[in-house]
Amino acid sequence: MRKNIILHLSALATLFLFEMLGIFSEYHQGNFARILVLAAYGVGYNILFGYTGLLSLGHALFFSAGLYASGLSIYHLDYNIEQSLLLAICISALISLIIGFLALRTIGVSFMIVTLMFSQIAYLSILYFGSITRGDEGFVIQQSSRVFLSMDLSNPTIRYYSALLIFSLCMLTNLWIAKSPFGRVLVAIRENSERALMLGYNVKLYKLFSIIISGTISGLAGASYGILFGYVGASFAAVSYSIFPLLWVLIGGAGTVLGPLIGAIFMFYLIDYASDITDAYMIIVGVALLFVTLFARRGILGELRYRFYKWIA
Amino acid sequence: MKKNSKNNFSRRKLMKSVAAAGTVAVMPGFVNYSQASSSAPIRIGFQVHRTGIGAAYGRWYDRTTQAAVKIINDSGGINGRPVEIISEDDGTDPKRGAEALEKFANQHNCDVAFGTLFSHVVIGSAPRAGELKLPYFVVSEGHHVASGMLNRYTLQPGITDVKSQVQAMAPFVKDNLGKKVTMVYPDFAFGHDHRDYFSAAFEARGGEIIAKVPIPPTESSFSKYFPKIPRDTEVLYHVMVGPAVLTFVKELGEFYGSKGPKLFGFIDSVEAVDLNTPGLEFLDGSYFWEGNPRYAQDNQTDHDQFYRSAVGVDKNGASVSDPKDVSTYAHMFGCWETLHIIKKGMEESGYSNVKDRSKLIEAVESMKNMPLSQAHPQGAKIFNGKTHQTFGHQYITKMTNGKLVLAHTTSIEDTFYPDEVDYTKQSF
Repeated sequence: MRKNIILHLSALATLFLFEMLGIFSEYHQGNFARILVLAAYGVGYNILFGYTGLLSLGHALFFSAGLYASGLSIYHLDYNIEQSLLLAICISALISLIIGFLALRTIGVSFMIVTLMFSQIAYLSILYFGSITRGDEGFVIQQSSRVFLSMDLSNPTIRYYSALLIFSLCMLTNLWIAKSPFGRVLVAIRENSERALMLGYNVKLYKLFSIIISGTISGLAGASYGILFGYVGASFAAVSYSIFPLLWVLIGGAGTVLGPLIGAIFMFYLIDYASDITDAYMIIVGVALLFVTLFARRGILGELRYRFYKWIA
Repeated sequence: MKKNSKNNFSRRKLMKSVAAAGTVAVMPGFVNYSQASSSAPIRIGFQVHRTGIGAAYGRWYDRTTQAAVKIINDSGGINGRPVEIISEDDGTDPKRGAEALEKFANQHNCDVAFGTLFSHVVIGSAPRAGELKLPYFVVSEGHHVASGMLNRYTLQPGITDVKSQVQAMAPFVKDNLGKKVTMVYPDFAFGHDHRDYFSAAFEARGGEIIAKVPIPPTESSFSKYFPKIPRDTEVLYHVMVGPAVLTFVKELGEFYGSKGPKLFGFIDSVEAVDLNTPGLEFLDGSYFWEGNPRYAQDNQTDHDQFYRSAVGVDKNGASVSDPKDVSTYAHMFGCWETLHIIKKGMEESGYSNVKDRSKLIEAVESMKNMPLSQAHPQGAKIFNGKTHQTFGHQYITKMTNGKLVLAHTTSIEDTFYPDEVDYTKQSF
């Protein structure tokens, strides 16, 4: 445990020092702020997929639930950031509870399809209630509304530290879960749910808790994204935003705490650099992903854990 | 006999010339020709839909942009400096769009950003433009700029917005086509703008919208929606965008055949589509709104001729190298005109580097009349500096023997509506 605490706190300290010492250029500072919030979303996804073994294809629902709960409350009700964040967390948790309750009546492929369908319902509802949500166009959260405890969240430095704080909270929660008895039960369910049931664990209840934690973290990430970057739009509820966290987790390493961060950094800069080389950058991205899948089946950190560092959480 | 000027060049004339050149050099707009200590290019970040739902538009926006930049560079660039375009695919996605702006400002050191059509990309990117203090010239048509939703750094000087386009159509439809209209539109924000602004303008003129048929954005087959159109419909107003547009118009033709109500559509329903595609014959006799007529008209201006030739578009609105590659002619002129406005703004403000971005915005805000010219081949425009939105003529064409023939040109005044924002009151 001690090694894990040192590793993960070192990662956070590195991200903190990079900003404090001005190592990031302005461009990479902005990119990393975005990556950290998206990685927090990946952390949420990882709890359900990487630790519990439930493959959801509808997590954009939870991300957009937080995004819209905070965004709409600011846009229509003049909520401040604190109130909107609190509302987003509550709404995300409630939606996770409801979706979890319904989706857990299924398993395997059916679970994937049911989560995908719920996510599509949410996406189409955003479009349908366009008079409230501004549909596909979305809406802007004005700079004047993005102030938290007298701090302007559109300021690049404050935004970076805010994103780092959000990510740190989510990551440390994940680390705590991974090392707790609760987390061990989740892993047991992932490895063999029938055996966990035979051992007397209420598997369904554990899965439900996992969905609630996963969905709430995803919702918090969604709310943070809208508040820090000033835009709320339906594209974040589309199916592609359910696939992205799956990719980040698979690339970084499913069931590793730092995996989503590594995956998000890898994907972001792969697209960024590939688009500088050619207009057909998605071909490069596809080939690179193919290589990672072939030669690091457990993801980057997952492969390191498997080969060298068994202690990594 | 005229004397050779070389032999006639006295010392007195030389002194006069030097004095004149000095005077011109300190006049506004010429300052930078004399100050241009650097020949470093003006870098314009071009946010382009290369992939995603807007790819057909992106391809032609790109060609138009490259053509405009060539013309500008061939005529001396901006303030004596060449223009360089830095392109970045936004994937027709707002998140990626915002990232592209970040790249323009912080990695490529672009002076300004421009481009992009789809509203959600503009709305998703504009907050970042404001934070980066990067002038962001959009070619989107959306009402989002003039609605006041965005910020002082976002301007739309090269293309009119959907609100003005739609309301300018109402008088023609009512007076020439019929009083009872059914609207078929995509069930998202772009379609809702049509629904709301056209309904209001049409009903204000005594017309009646007897049915509204929204079509979900994920739809790929449309036949089941057509029976919802009331039988007493006199005019069917249709607008559709995206990859399914051809299916939409074909199925509309299959449903009505040669009978049915009069058709009035926005060209978006068939933008980049060859009108001679089998199955589209039923469109003959129908009317379309066009931002700029796709087919070269009998009264074609020299400016349109020049622009068309520079971009590589034939008289039928297709690529000169491939007649099947139909352009997005109704929209893409916006790129050409916007780039010329950026040039004019930079020259009038004496723009030399990124510190002058606010001066550039103020220079554009102070523009008003933009006469028909090589820089504005679509037609004259009036720019409203307060709302950051331009207003201009709209064209209604009639499909006649497989070609779109100009039937009506609106006045610029037809497109006016009251200001909804004053961006000039926002600080930089």
